[in-house]
Amino acid sequence: MLANLRQLLRYRALIFSLVARELKARYRGSVLGFFWSFINPLLLLLIYTVVFTVVLPGVHPKELEPFALFMFCGILPWTWFSSSLLESSNVLVAGGNLIKKVLFPAEVLPIVTVLAGLVHFCLGLPILAAFLIYYRVPVTPTDLLWFPLIVAIQLVLTIGLALFVSALTVHFRDVRDLLANLLTLWFFATPIIYPLTQAPERVRRLLNLNPFTHLAVAYQEALFKPGPFTGGTRLLAAGAASVVVFALGYFVFDRLRDTFAEEV
Amino acid sequence: MNAIEVRDVHKVYRRYGRRKQFATLKSALLSGSVLRDLRPDAVFEALRGVSFDVGAGKTFGIIGRNGSGKSTMLKLIAGIGKPTSGGVHVEGRVSALIELGAGFHPEISGRDNVYVNGMMLGLTRRDIARRFDDIVRFAELEEFIDAPVKTYSSGMYMRLGFAVAINVDPDVLLIDEVLAVGDEAFTHKCLDKFADFRRRGRTVLLVTHSLDLVTRFCDEALWLDAGLVKSHGDPKRVIDAYLMDVAGAENRQLAADDNANPKTQSPNPKSHAPGPNPESRIPDPRSAIPDPQSPIPDPHEVPPDMFKAAEGRWGSREVEITAVDLVGASGESSHIFRSGERVEIRLRVRAHHPVSDFAFGVGIFNAEGVCCYGTNTDIEGGVAGELSGDGEVRFVIDALDLVEGTFKLDVAVHRRNGVPYDYHRLLHTFRVKSRLKEAGIFRPPHRWSFSGGIRMSGLN
Repeated sequence: MLANLRQLLRYRALIFSLVARELKARYRGSVLGFFWSFINPLLLLLIYTVVFTVVLPGVHPKELEPFALFMFCGILPWTWFSSSLLESSNVLVAGGNLIKKVLFPAEVLPIVTVLAGLVHFCLGLPILAAFLIYYRVPVTPTDLLWFPLIVAIQLVLTIGLALFVSALTVHFRDVRDLLANLLTLWFFATPIIYPLTQAPERVRRLLNLNPFTHLAVAYQEALFKPGPFTGGTRLLAAGAASVVVFALGYFVFDRLRDTFAEEV
Repeated sequence: MNAIEVRDVHKVYRRYGRRKQFATLKSALLSGSVLRDLRPDAVFEALRGVSFDVGAGKTFGIIGRNGSGKSTMLKLIAGIGKPTSGGVHVEGRVSALIELGAGFHPEISGRDNVYVNGMMLGLTRRDIARRFDDIVRFAELEEFIDAPVKTYSSGMYMRLGFAVAINVDPDVLLIDEVLAVGDEAFTHKCLDKFADFRRRGRTVLLVTHSLDLVTRFCDEALWLDAGLVKSHGDPKRVIDAYLMDVAGAENRQLAADDNANPKTQSPNPKSHAPGPNPESRIPDPRSAIPDPQSPIPDPHEVPPDMFKAAEGRWGSREVEITAVDLVGASGESSHIFRSGERVEIRLRVRAHHPVSDFAFGVGIFNAEGVCCYGTNTDIEGGVAGELSGDGEVRFVIDALDLVEGTFKLDVAVHRRNGVPYDYHRLLHTFRVKSRLKEAGIFRPPHRWSFSGGIRMSGLN
């Protein structure tokens, strides 16, 4: 397994080229092209703003104004997470031709999907930054130092799950459909459109078992909430969970690797 | 030194039962059968203990019928699959031309695809930048290299795929039948590149159905049959053994087809409605049904939907043809003959009562139903005496000067005015084999001669 990981490093140039290709190909033929990576989150933010200022004012705690922005801090990383998983569930099957005809490590494909998602996530960040500045949300500069760490932990977690899901889909094509529903459940089981503090004590304990809870709260703390970052322990827990998930995901992927060429 | 070493390789493909196709993760979880469903129902052994070495710098050909394990072997050597047991060792960088342009992304430009594809094949960005112009020139795509690949014609696509793969400059090049595609000019270009490769002492492993290619290029050949090495060594010897085997299988097949046809030995004459007029012939429905089991041993010879002409048998049966045999130079009854071989068509006839008005006829038709030759004793001036009891007619062809192909026979015994006693229409099939691939039907005995400033060798 470690030897395979080392080998993966040799393929990093390929991974980066494939990510670039993925991004280029995605908007090929659309008029606005790359701007969609900005426009999509922007439109999403506008919709939430309208819903929570016009339709549903006052369902959220007052200290979380503007609430749309609070939500956006969680939705942006969640979009990266969920779309990466959904896409990577299909990636080995769609890339069957490659796996059967060209010698290269198959894990490149789900990893590329997750990394392409990361790029989209990063392209959404300027929108978030612009609104944070516009609403004069007081961001503590030292909090921002935590931000790359949170992203890194999410990256490890997402790749681990993507490997697991992509390998499993080769054998069970219906993982895709199952996953879509599972992700919806997961979304609501994560304090993204509500603050964790609002959940009842009993539920909160359950929510804390979800690694993405810690990531979402960490994002909110680092970007939205005033005051110094207090999520150190949370991040530690999420980080440990992510490494375990990655190791398990990679283990499963590695075990099923030899069946890919015959099954896809 | 060996570039490739294959030691007692077995490859087992797992086949999952029909049930598996409908099984879902949910049902697997519910019945707790996840692990069981991941286990195969049946196994198929594609390779059953194959061992061979390929010396460095050698060009090595693997031949065999469809499904004999050739491509599986190639994939194992390429590292795309792993042997179930046994070992495959390859020295140096491998590039496999298994499918040209596998992994091209249709939406992005040829240029980007060259980079991505090159990296997939193990080149670095710098390597590709250095070879980029060569690649584009070889693919003849200078004008289109910045257009998205989806706008390419299939030929352009293939050329680009080949150009990238060949420019990886591997130590060991694996080729699976890809030279068979592409137009004439490009094939020549590929062969040139390929020869250039050999000159530089690189190892080439070729999986092909083109025996001609193996004879021309390979230093050694390996014949795989049903996952086993059938023969290995000098290409000429291996190919001859292979051809003999294919011919043998075809022969058995043709004989089986013949037996399926209404034979003269048929004890029930009522099954063949007699009729004096050839136009009222009864096509035999059985012969119109293709045998689903029929193996097609040589993929170059896939028979088209031939012999549409109705087959059958009719006649008054006062005189019967009780057996038809084709006998080759060996003196044995056969269905496969070499072009130019001596062939006898032997008819056993039986007259149920003595007749004095009779003639024997023979016609040879090719797969398109064209009459290649037809004659009878009457046309040739034979004067019938008497026919009674049993007898044998031999139509002796000293040299069967037909080109390669499948042919069918008409044989008949009839009155001199054409009214048949017994007419066998296209009931007997034989095959002519030739090492040459000439066109047409008839091969007149000939030779070439040259004078003046023309030199040529190899003709005989």
